[in-house]
Amino acid sequence: MMILSGDPPRSRVLTLILVVVILALAATPFLFPGAKALNVAAKICVFAALVASYDLLLGYTGTVSFAHTMFYGIGSYAIAIALYGMGPNWAAVATGIVVGLPLAALLALAIGLFSLRVAAIFFAMITLAVASAFQVLASQLSWLTGGEDGRSFQLPELLRPGTVLISKNLFGFEINGRILTFYLVFAISALMILVLLRVVNSPFGRVLQAIRENRFRAEALGFRTVFHLTYANCLAALVAAGAGILNALWLRYAGPDTSLSFSIMLDILLMVVIGGMGTIYGAIIGATIFILAQNYLQSLMGVASKAASEAGLPVLPGLLHPDRWLLWLGLLFIASVYFFPSGVVGRLRHGGGDKGAGTSH
Amino acid sequence: MTELAASDPLPKPKRDIAPILLPIALALLMIPLVGSASTWLTLTAASLAMGMMIFIMASGLTLVFGLMDVLNFGHGAFIAVGAYVATLVFAPFAASAQADSLLVNLAVLAPAALLSMAVSGALGLMVERVLILPVYGQHLKQILMTTGGLIVAEQTLYALWGPQIIPMPLPASLRGSFILGDVAIAKYRVLAMLIGLAVFIAIQLVLNRTKLGLLIRAGVENREMVEALGYRIRRLFLGVFMAGSALAGLGGVMWALYREQVHASMSDELTVLIFVVVIIGGLGSIGGCFIGAILVAMVANYGGFLVPKLALVSNILLMVAILMWRPRGLYAVTSR
Repeated sequence: MMILSGDPPRSRVLTLILVVVILALAATPFLFPGAKALNVAAKICVFAALVASYDLLLGYTGTVSFAHTMFYGIGSYAIAIALYGMGPNWAAVATGIVVGLPLAALLALAIGLFSLRVAAIFFAMITLAVASAFQVLASQLSWLTGGEDGRSFQLPELLRPGTVLISKNLFGFEINGRILTFYLVFAISALMILVLLRVVNSPFGRVLQAIRENRFRAEALGFRTVFHLTYANCLAALVAAGAGILNALWLRYAGPDTSLSFSIMLDILLMVVIGGMGTIYGAIIGATIFILAQNYLQSLMGVASKAASEAGLPVLPGLLHPDRWLLWLGLLFIASVYFFPSGVVGRLRHGGGDKGAGTSH
Repeated sequence: MTELAASDPLPKPKRDIAPILLPIALALLMIPLVGSASTWLTLTAASLAMGMMIFIMASGLTLVFGLMDVLNFGHGAFIAVGAYVATLVFAPFAASAQADSLLVNLAVLAPAALLSMAVSGALGLMVERVLILPVYGQHLKQILMTTGGLIVAEQTLYALWGPQIIPMPLPASLRGSFILGDVAIAKYRVLAMLIGLAVFIAIQLVLNRTKLGLLIRAGVENREMVEALGYRIRRLFLGVFMAGSALAGLGGVMWALYREQVHASMSDELTVLIFVVVIIGGLGSIGGCFIGAILVAMVANYGGFLVPKLALVSNILLMVAILMWRPRGLYAVTSR
């Protein structure tokens, strides 16, 4: 239990699901052949960490931030610009990390100190405004960021798909740089999630929950709430930037659409709410469900849309078009906020009761 | 403290005029920086017109928050819906809209604006009942619910109208500019200014001269007290919400004509602008919202002219500056 910081899933079904998901992710290169499966698995890992860091803010402190993709984007762009500018070597990777992480933390500190000082309700609005300004900035400073095209780069020798580490063995598997990169992503994501689990189960995490439940009372008990909230904000930003670095390393690309766009922010919100706020485990469940649906349900929608248009129905083909899948997710989102605000994890833990975390205001 | 006789009128509350002077001072400061007087006049007119449009869109949001502590992240959806509905009127009557007569043009424009307001007002009714009523008093859920509502509304617009940009040309008689000497002021901007001013005056009259307005202002200041006096504040709130949505729809039509195009993503872009305005003005304050809108528009126009690169972050800088000065916005109305 040490590794889970004394906070096990507390539900047999949930434990089973988590074990299956994690084993499946770990074995993806061998179980599911093909580039798409590996991409989906890597994306699930990255997003599980990203969503878990968002859960630290939304679920544990009850603050809504719309700037989370900004930190994610800072991580992505830092590593991309470093590798693009310095060439594919490990020094560039180190530079990206050394520049990206502190930059994200500093920005989070500035936003936190500034906007947590004013009325709490402003925080969501201010982060939204800052994030949108950052997005415009990133697409305008094209000499640095590559503008709308983003930056493609090459990885160091060891991580390239062409690098064969173990040639084909009896079972027909080959370990190459791509698979090594996948395990790098997997391991670091897992590590970050475990660290977050440790954070939320520490005395510090308790204070965060106290602030979520009643900020005034937490303050009256002598906790400096602005300090705690800002600290949580910086931690979340660090992990988000870390996830951004992993994402860029996996894609060998950083651009506005993959790391900064507002739709990623909405995806994160959906994953947190569907998985269950204030649980950390919910991030893994939410990311898995969402990304599987995104990658495999969309093609199903295409089929349904075609069938509807062949049947001559009026509005349905437009509503079922694969590009409109966010519409259905939005409805699902509203329904899950309304009907089970504690998400999948809360449901499994409390058997349908509404006692889960994250129902505060 | 001086004693008051019973017959004396109540002492007038002190007027806080510093925020009113702010945009005026900003405009005057810009004269030497811009250099040419005619450019300055054009820029100022442009800022005022843009500011009025933003004010129309933002006024509902600030009242809704002030009155009921409801933060509507989906306010931008009403704007987009208003603009799309207007295209329904404009498309079949394109010929009359392009006829060279102001009266014929207005005969298309007015019904389009009214229909937009009606539809977005009705949508406001729906949103309030379905999305906001179940989560009264829970900020976190309100933000989540209304964000979900924004996604659904935007995607529905895409599904119904398609993802392409719909052109929305200005009616013929509103094109071009009034030329005074070497100053050119676009005709449409004058119209936008007039409509904005009319809306502002109407809201002020309703708020300050009617019983309804008295109740709204009282509700913004202290909701429980109004309820204790036996008024159904929920119903009042619903009315304000619908009116705010309708105004957002009107703002959407005006913005679409200003940009001469309609696209569902306009709600995203404007949501940020509106939030900045509402924060600057102080949540719940109509006067603050009005000044905030003009300030944001001024910074965008002057900034875009003087330092184009800065225009990207000018809104944020403005917001930071104002909040440093007054952490709760220009006019802090609510006690929250």
